[in-house]
Amino acid sequence: MQKRIKVTRWQEIATPLAAVVLALLVGSGFILFVGENPLTAYRILFVESFGSIRNLATTLQRATPLMFTGLAVAFGYRAGLFNIGAEGQLYIGAFAAAWVGFTFTGLPRLIHLPLAIVVGMLGGAFWGSIPGYLKAKLGIHEVINTIMLNFIALYLTDWLATGPFHGGSWVPETARVSATAALTRLYPPTRLSTGVFLALAAAFVAYLILWKTKQGYELRAVGLNPQAAEYGGINVAKNTIIAMAISGAFAGLAGTEQILGLHNRFIVRFSADLGFMGVAVALLGKNHPVGVIFAAILFGALQTGSAAMDRLTSVPRELITIIQALIIFFVAAEYLIRRILRMKEEA
Amino acid sequence: MRKRIGLIFVMVLLVGLIVSPAYAQTPRIGLIFAEGGLGDQSFNDAAYRGLMQAKDELGVDVVYVEPADIAEMEEHQRAYADLDLDLIIVIGFIHQSALVEVSADYPHINFAIVDDVVDNPNVTSLVFEEHEGSFLVGVLAGLMSETNKVGFVGGMEVPLIRKFEVGFVEGAKYANPNVEVLVNYAGSFGDPGRGRELAVSQNERGADIVYHAAGGTGSGVIDAAVANGFYAIGVDSDQDYMAPGIVLTSMVKRVDTAVFEVIKSVVDGTLEAGVRSFGIEDGGVGTSEFTYTKDLIPEAVFDAIEDARDKIISGEIVVSNPLQ
Repeated sequence: MQKRIKVTRWQEIATPLAAVVLALLVGSGFILFVGENPLTAYRILFVESFGSIRNLATTLQRATPLMFTGLAVAFGYRAGLFNIGAEGQLYIGAFAAAWVGFTFTGLPRLIHLPLAIVVGMLGGAFWGSIPGYLKAKLGIHEVINTIMLNFIALYLTDWLATGPFHGGSWVPETARVSATAALTRLYPPTRLSTGVFLALAAAFVAYLILWKTKQGYELRAVGLNPQAAEYGGINVAKNTIIAMAISGAFAGLAGTEQILGLHNRFIVRFSADLGFMGVAVALLGKNHPVGVIFAAILFGALQTGSAAMDRLTSVPRELITIIQALIIFFVAAEYLIRRILRMKEEA
Repeated sequence: MRKRIGLIFVMVLLVGLIVSPAYAQTPRIGLIFAEGGLGDQSFNDAAYRGLMQAKDELGVDVVYVEPADIAEMEEHQRAYADLDLDLIIVIGFIHQSALVEVSADYPHINFAIVDDVVDNPNVTSLVFEEHEGSFLVGVLAGLMSETNKVGFVGGMEVPLIRKFEVGFVEGAKYANPNVEVLVNYAGSFGDPGRGRELAVSQNERGADIVYHAAGGTGSGVIDAAVANGFYAIGVDSDQDYMAPGIVLTSMVKRVDTAVFEVIKSVVDGTLEAGVRSFGIEDGGVGTSEFTYTKDLIPEAVFDAIEDARDKIISGEIVVSNPLQ
């Protein structure tokens, strides 16, 4: 019995690792194909993302929002909901946090910063609870609604930041948030902020809610089998709304961290698919908070390394996008990898 | 004799040692593109040409990067500043607010920005008189339109692109008081699909010539002109070749010249902070060579364009500048 559990756990970790290794192997084929040396490319990728404290800090800065959006998707998934709307929830949360940041100036930092964080989180929670409500009360599938709400959030914030709240320059962005609402930078000149601790705390909270509370037990029960949960006296509708709201809150925090820790203003379409990357991070992290953290760091490293590669060499950064896609592909093809692993064990 | 040769040899070596560091130090130039990136056949590609010309003719070392999105501009600016490059050129107003901060954080690094002004002592701002160049293509459109309706498709609705619009409208009305100008903005410089959509809609509303100031979005405008059979006017780079005979001309903005000139001033040691403006008179803006449309356009129209150019230079025509 004890042994069987151990094997499963090993497999849980082995599959994502195998996916990453396979992706790098297949990716090297692509790199050769465009006439570059894969070893050089991977060396640059590694050195630029982990090679110094400074590069490591940049990697963590890139990983921080992915931790949040990964948690958002993973949390929804545990309750049986596929939240593709993290991107939209992130924008609403980001704008809400920015609005508090540049509107309520003059507040002491001790009040202003927590207020901005909480409002940003609530913004995301609100945007997430809409599809939750529509699913619970009207049975409309959350995938459709979250996708639609992404567009609404995007265009709404586009308009807010270029219309009523447009800042002074020509750049489509709002005014800067006051210093009292900005997260502290940990290792200047890198832009890593205390937001990374917020993300680690969020992962811990997600773990606590899911596995150490009655509410979390109900959410997971609904996720595993809604009919059985209903039969067991769990209110499925209520739990659906709660799950989407909490999932949205994590996504809202991703946007909040980006504004208060990184950009210090709301820039139109700043996210570059952080919300959608969250799906990949959750998938690679096996929908577990700890897995999400490591998956986010990996994707953060790939992004940091590829941006540096683009700055310093002629290797096109699109190659790294291909490698990211390959990782996702191989995780999704888990069944295949399991079979290969099992065949090896049997041999 | 032998001794003397030996002495000369040593002297040459010594002089070489003293002088060589000054020569070995080739200036290193970093360039960060605007959104849309390379391959827009317009704004960014013009900057790239200037950079490559400087690499070939001045022998400078160059690095460049295409940002994935607006939010990445600051990261690239800082990363290049950390490399202690001799000049960092950023392309497009989209860099402005980040550069205000970054150039203040790195006072010992020289920056140049194309298309906007940053008022710091280590920044050279390279701007163009786009309203005047747009006036000239407006004159062309006003005279060539058979429907008395022409269109303008802008990228983002910002003061810079308004400059193109205002100049174009004034030029068209100056040449043809009965002309009506349809104006639409795509909201992006990297969305050819939207550009195509807007141009088709303007054509359906009667416009037979559409001018775009929309970077990569504009390639959709030119596609639409080919598909629906109307004329287009290109922008920034000479886009006449993209659809010979369909693109009447391009409002050429010599971003390549500006980039080359600012790099040259680093090599010469004459780099100065402040605003440097490129206009009609010095060839910084103007019409293309009409390579494919010479026979299409009546001589009288060319005369009218030439006349307007002279009058702008002499000050007889003053084109409104929405930035002032």
